[in-house]
Amino acid sequence: MSKLDSKIPSGSIESKWQNHKFSSKLVNPANKRKHSVIVVGTGLAGASAAASLGELGYKVKAFCVHESPRRAHSVAAQGGINAAKNYQNDGDSVYRLFYDTIKGGDFRAREANVFRLAEVSANIIDQMVAQGVPFAREYGGTLANRSFGGAQVSRTFYARGQTGQQLLLGAYSGMMRQVDLGNVELRTRREMLDLVVVDGKARGVTVRNLVSGEIESYEADAVVLATGGYSNVFFLSTNAMACAVTAAWKAHKRGAYFANPCYTQIHPTCIPVHGENQSKLTLMSESLRNDGRVWVPKVQGDKRHPNEIPESERDYYLERVYPSFGNLAPRDVASRQAKYRCDEGRGVSETGRAVYLDFADSIKRLGQDKISERYGNLFQMYDKITGDDPYKMPMMIYPAPHYTMGGLWVDYNLESTIPGLFVAGEANFSDHGANRLGASALMQGLADGYFVLPSTIGNYLGGTKLEKISTTHDAFKFSADEAKSEISKLMGIKGNRTVDSFHKELGNIMWEYCGMGRNKEGLKKALELIPKVREEFWNNVRIPGDANYINTELEKAGRVADFLELGELMCQDALEREESCGGHFREEHQTADGEALRDDKNFCHVAAWEWAGTNKKQSLHKEELTFENVHLATRSYK
Amino acid sequence: MAGKMINLILKVWRQKGPTDTGSFAEYKANNVSTDASFLEMLDVVNEELVTKGDEPIAFDHDCREGICGACGFVIDGEAHGPLKSTTVCQLHMRNFKDGEVLTIEPFRSKAFPVIKDLMVNRSALDRIITAGGYISTNTGNAVDANANLVPKADADEAMSSATCIQCGACVAACKNASAALFTSAKISHLSLLPQGQVERKDRALRMVAAMDAEGFGSCTTTGACEAACPKDISLVNISRMNREFLVANVTKQPKHQDGGAG
Repeated sequence: MSKLDSKIPSGSIESKWQNHKFSSKLVNPANKRKHSVIVVGTGLAGASAAASLGELGYKVKAFCVHESPRRAHSVAAQGGINAAKNYQNDGDSVYRLFYDTIKGGDFRAREANVFRLAEVSANIIDQMVAQGVPFAREYGGTLANRSFGGAQVSRTFYARGQTGQQLLLGAYSGMMRQVDLGNVELRTRREMLDLVVVDGKARGVTVRNLVSGEIESYEADAVVLATGGYSNVFFLSTNAMACAVTAAWKAHKRGAYFANPCYTQIHPTCIPVHGENQSKLTLMSESLRNDGRVWVPKVQGDKRHPNEIPESERDYYLERVYPSFGNLAPRDVASRQAKYRCDEGRGVSETGRAVYLDFADSIKRLGQDKISERYGNLFQMYDKITGDDPYKMPMMIYPAPHYTMGGLWVDYNLESTIPGLFVAGEANFSDHGANRLGASALMQGLADGYFVLPSTIGNYLGGTKLEKISTTHDAFKFSADEAKSEISKLMGIKGNRTVDSFHKELGNIMWEYCGMGRNKEGLKKALELIPKVREEFWNNVRIPGDANYINTELEKAGRVADFLELGELMCQDALEREESCGGHFREEHQTADGEALRDDKNFCHVAAWEWAGTNKKQSLHKEELTFENVHLATRSYK
Repeated sequence: MAGKMINLILKVWRQKGPTDTGSFAEYKANNVSTDASFLEMLDVVNEELVTKGDEPIAFDHDCREGICGACGFVIDGEAHGPLKSTTVCQLHMRNFKDGEVLTIEPFRSKAFPVIKDLMVNRSALDRIITAGGYISTNTGNAVDANANLVPKADADEAMSSATCIQCGACVAACKNASAALFTSAKISHLSLLPQGQVERKDRALRMVAAMDAEGFGSCTTTGACEAACPKDISLVNISRMNREFLVANVTKQPKHQDGGAG
């Protein structure tokens, strides 16, 4: 168990990060030029890390799967970014943001990491404003805030409903400046297929050039993975089409432990599924719950048009069940409540799997102009997708997979169990416990990239003896050969089924047995089904064309192959965790009124899994979590 | 949102690689739900192609929410298709009639070489951003976010320019294949904010020079770009860019070669 040393600095929670920075080793400016760092992924975490490391003088090699780094899925985040600025004078503080995040995560996150996140949150806003991010402002010229779920203060900064886009453009422009200055080498349309480990340390990556099909090798002194989450294991999710676990999974197979894979976030407000050929789901920002009220009809099977159902016959269930947080209950809670209402037969829409999100009261109170200013682009998006006008009738929404709190295990330095491999943003497991609060993903991605990694990577490079290597080293050749042989294997199957058909089959299994509600019987069933799908995939998938130029089916096949392994681990982890916490809801473990029932005696730990070989059960390592500042208590939003 | 089913005929540009000449091929898209998006319709066509052992139609796409800017091609001569303010991924089939014949081809521009079917290389736009489309501030240098007040009207205007998704539809729609709307949106966004003032002139000069160097055509202000823009980026940005460029050119100071203090 020695490998799971979280390296939490000593001292009081308020002093840990400052002390740690002071005691970290430094690399002098002339030596920084001699070190190279690979950054895979150019979303908020990757772009901000690449920019900051480039500014410090390191030679950075950045890679992205898209044709432009600005396409990364951070771009789609809508609602906002939290920061403990207390500009509203409503009682916010670093400590309160820390407390809310620990509680929101249902006491399954590491205190020290979360405190640091809250501590640097204010710097993020300063940094982004300095880079020209046009946040919403008040008439006096100061920054505006809105509220988000799981908090009773207004600490969310936003840029209309496109906060992720604007923050990404800020981080992207910072990185492109370093490209301009020659400190960052950018390579687009490259997909990481392997991590290269030399003498036990991460020293490079093997990537596929998606245009030429060539397998390329790159070396460095440290590697950062900022490659996002794995919600696409469900096939239908709010993630973009290219979001995949591949980079993280290949690192996992090289020795990086994968932590808490069963912690997935099902977001309560998404546009419901419309039909068989649907390719993805679209989120409607949580910020809408600031002004929208969630309801279902009081009686089952009420088929009236929502505008014809009188107030007295509506059940505003979140306001009823959680009077103090109301419509701003955290995501896991709000999603489960929507599921319960639909399970009771009170769901709306043709499928019965939807609830209303109604703006009529707010439009009456504030006027349509104000609502349009706040959420105009979201209303427009809803209208385009559904053909219904949300100014005139309530939106119909239903929960959908959105974010994954699990990810590669990292210590306080964001370093994985492979020395020299750092993991940032959604790809790591570190800050959100079993449930992430709204507007905290952008905060974490930028905290990791701007403020944590530049310091901790310096400490690693300053304190580690690294042999000079090049891509002619055997380890690179071996890794490239493995990647090539996997591609040949996939191309050689020439079976009868499309990649998507396997992805959908896996997605259905995951949603059915490892989705919003999980139980022992279902998880066991999934653990029987997934290996069968995987076996059929490797014998019957059909990929047309060749591997030596753009082949979108081959790209998808590689990603689905990894999801087929990850899905099994998620179910394994969910089965092992005999408690309910945050987004992980085991139906056997609930209170009388359907809330998550934790078991702190037996499960107050991080579950980190070690790869044991293909088709072998992975071994479990535990990192015990201790709560010295926030008292372990049952979450209540009532 | 009760959907019905329609059938379409697609004439799609197929081109194996950058050096291939390419040609149109015809496909039937049958039983398309009117609730599906245009890209979901292509997914269905592609599934059939793959099942038959043919290569699917390659097109760029990712978020399918109209924000990443990856998707974009021309439908019946219009970049992103017939619906105003809409990317192809947000264009739904309820906007088409049963039996319609649609011609689908990539964005055409010298600066956007086709790499396969409907996929083009738009990295020229990234290079324009690299030429000064940023504010030079290192991490850790920022003052408190409320230290510089920004009038709400300026912040809103900057935000409207900053919503550009870099899809390239403006270039595809322009008869000269000009990237003026794209470039001007970034110049506007940064010149409207107090943070962007220090490098304002240099930025205008460098970004315009980079745009010209990439082989984009000149702007003749026909407004075709604005009409095709899925994010409603206004032509006003181009006027602003022209003014920024002019002012920067006439007030340009000679570069000093002196070293810094110390």
